[in-house]
Amino acid sequence: MLRLKNNFSIEHDIAGCGLCGIINIRKIRTNGEDIKKAIALEHDRGNGLGGGFAVYGCYPEYADLYAFHVMYDDLAAKHDTEEYFKNNFIIEKQESIPVFKTSKINDHPILHRYFLKPKSDREDRLLHDLGDDDFVVSSVMLINSEYDGAYVFSSGKNMGAFKGVGYPEDIADFYMLDNVEGYMWTAHNRFPTNTPGWWGGAHPFTLLDWSIVHNGEISSYGINKRYLEMFKYNLALKTDTEVIAYILDLLIRKHGLPVELAMNVLAAPFYQTIEKMEPKQKELYTALRQIYGSALLNGPFAIIFGYPDGMIALNDRIKLRPLVAGTKGDFTYIASEESSIREICSSPDIVWSPKAGEPIIIKTINTENISQKQRLIIS
Amino acid sequence: MTKSSFTNIQSEYLAVIDHAKCVRCKRCIQNCGWGTYSFGGDKIIADHSKCVACGRCYTYCPEGAISILKNPTVMRENGNWQDYHIKNIWRQSETGGIAISGMGTPLKYKKYFDHILLDACQVTNPPIDPLREPMELKTFLGKKPSKLELDFNEDDQPVLKNPMPPQIELATPFIFAPMSYGSISLNAQKAMALAARALGIVMNIGEGGLHDELVPFGKNIIVQVASGRFGVNRDYLNSGVAVEIKIGQGAKPGIGGHLPGEKIGADISRTRMIPAGTDAISPAPHHDIYSIEDLRQLIYAIKEAINYEKPVSVKVAAVHNIAAIVSGIVRAGADIVYIDGFTGGTGAAPIIIRDNVGIPIEIALAQVDQRLREEGIRNEASLVAAGSIRSSADAVKAIALGADAVAIGTAALVVMGCHICGKCHTGNCSWGITTQRPELTRRLDPEEYGEKLYNLINAWSHEMKDILGAMGVNSIESLRGSKERLRGIELTDSELKVLGIKHAGM
Repeated sequence: MLRLKNNFSIEHDIAGCGLCGIINIRKIRTNGEDIKKAIALEHDRGNGLGGGFAVYGCYPEYADLYAFHVMYDDLAAKHDTEEYFKNNFIIEKQESIPVFKTSKINDHPILHRYFLKPKSDREDRLLHDLGDDDFVVSSVMLINSEYDGAYVFSSGKNMGAFKGVGYPEDIADFYMLDNVEGYMWTAHNRFPTNTPGWWGGAHPFTLLDWSIVHNGEISSYGINKRYLEMFKYNLALKTDTEVIAYILDLLIRKHGLPVELAMNVLAAPFYQTIEKMEPKQKELYTALRQIYGSALLNGPFAIIFGYPDGMIALNDRIKLRPLVAGTKGDFTYIASEESSIREICSSPDIVWSPKAGEPIIIKTINTENISQKQRLIIS
Repeated sequence: MTKSSFTNIQSEYLAVIDHAKCVRCKRCIQNCGWGTYSFGGDKIIADHSKCVACGRCYTYCPEGAISILKNPTVMRENGNWQDYHIKNIWRQSETGGIAISGMGTPLKYKKYFDHILLDACQVTNPPIDPLREPMELKTFLGKKPSKLELDFNEDDQPVLKNPMPPQIELATPFIFAPMSYGSISLNAQKAMALAARALGIVMNIGEGGLHDELVPFGKNIIVQVASGRFGVNRDYLNSGVAVEIKIGQGAKPGIGGHLPGEKIGADISRTRMIPAGTDAISPAPHHDIYSIEDLRQLIYAIKEAINYEKPVSVKVAAVHNIAAIVSGIVRAGADIVYIDGFTGGTGAAPIIIRDNVGIPIEIALAQVDQRLREEGIRNEASLVAAGSIRSSADAVKAIALGADAVAIGTAALVVMGCHICGKCHTGNCSWGITTQRPELTRRLDPEEYGEKLYNLINAWSHEMKDILGAMGVNSIESLRGSKERLRGIELTDSELKVLGIKHAGM
């Protein structure tokens, strides 16, 4: 039993963790060697029960299609789910996710990927007029909650998640990430305390183009979950990380908040800080807390949030989990431990510990605007 | 009917004086509002039948010479025909009337707060020390938009597109529950006003109008509009931070109010804007609200009168169909809904109603919060829970069940000396709370009891911070509605389901 879904009849998953992130702001792609090395150094932050990676820019040839990575418990689940895909999507390409069987990861689900485009005449159009993104979100939720033995673990464009039960360095070997290239990588090493051997519970957690790796326990999980349910999110996985991803989806995609403000919802400034702000700013931040109080993430956390335009690292508002950042040229590194950064970048330009609740936002530069000459210099 | 010359009802309590200790200072005679004590020439004599065990006499006896005992004279025991029933039958056979009492029901119904346990952090997430880290209790009551609407200024910085709807800001999620001038004394109201101002919270003045001396406390006052419309005019509506329409009260859902004419002296007459000596009657319904759309009209009539600058609250009693009722109230435009549970207090209510009508606040709250969430309108109104909040733990549990704030009435009166004797309706309160007799009311010093009320709310707020810290959260909004932090103990599956919580160990 691979337990793609949470079968432990618990309200939510508890885990400690290690995390890493690498981004090149000029979108120069690198393979998975560095991120594997960095997260491998944080070996002791996990217990072998979950590791994973998210990579952006890995499917340039299918950049306009939703890349679905799906885990199946058995062929029957695969058959049922593919029936759903056929009815609702144009399947441009589908294949097994290439894996290298190792002695360390010898028990795994069926791993398959699909490059999909929602059909314009799909059946749900009879009921409502969802945009493609919304339809993909509802499809992911439908499959993950209703299709037994099937679990979509990645659904974005030109990005993908690779994860499973095992130490992250073994997971990297299993998925052969040295053959995969991307301009942004995040990695996670998991230490679950109550959900052993659960593939679905590994990080990163992704939805559309968002990906999250997360170290911490959200003590406000109960209300965060109920808040999201008001907006029809179905929290099938019962993990803290899922909550974070959906809150960001709600704030950024649905409510159109700038990412900076969205981060100020997750780790809201204290009222004592808001008191000291300029009147207009004070008004805005007070309203932010009044409206989104139920979306405040309370409890210890460090997260790395990836989206197509960049990477954001954030600590809870009293910094109860470690988070360090460093830069070297166009590269920015984020990790739970400074040693991870120095493992792959021995002399970073600067290294610093972000303050509690203060997001580090690294946005990519639009390479379209870079001249040919600059391009040559970069490469 | 002629009244019989004797009564079957034995004195419930015996006021026993230790004459060896008594120095005959007669302070007990002075202090008792009930006329229990008199001087018999050489010693104090007690008329036990008048004693209600309000505790005033022994509190103020300088020699500790008074003991109030439960009358040991037994009634023949019967598990079915209990004293409560037999005495009410006798009482009613004598008076022919509806038996009336003050305070919430004294019957021992299951108290759900006592069957709910709180969570705390161990290892996987750290508790937070409220002495070292900020711990936020600030609470805003009022309608919140479901999403933030932004504009961008010339520097491309985000600013609010529309101002927020009006809110009541509370430094800590407590308010003093509505108790009118008339049902309680002006000094009791003043004590709450002083405390509310010092604490940064609000008091609700109830339906008896706003006394001139409370006008300066406007920033800490919610004014009420009940079915009697006492003291209501445009200035009144604008004199507080919010207006509340009172539909019902937990102790007597569906029942109006009646302040007898003998209590309507010059001052109350002026405050309530009714002639002195006339009965102040609050009809059971508002005679302009016979359905939900009528409530909407009144809500918007009031909003027009206050220029949409303050939130409008609607207070209802918790009854069987409360979830649907509150959903209707929210859709009718209320910014705050105040839900008063079954065990809530009162100045006077028919015993038969008080002890049998309504549902517990814990269940009502859980159901209302869930319903509003399912309908996607939880943000449209704040919820205030009331109905015997006895400790900060009750308050925390209520907030985790979905309340934005809690209201405390009886607990505030207990601060002022109340021993919950349940005789508020008689107007003889020895503590000067539920009386208008000047010799009794003047003994209640607003400043002294204002400070004690401040102390209580302060203490409860500290306890609340301790509980939040133990749970590993540093803001009350992370607890609000977080039923995941609650577990039931000794509850049936149905009870757990209706409360929306799991059993301990799950």
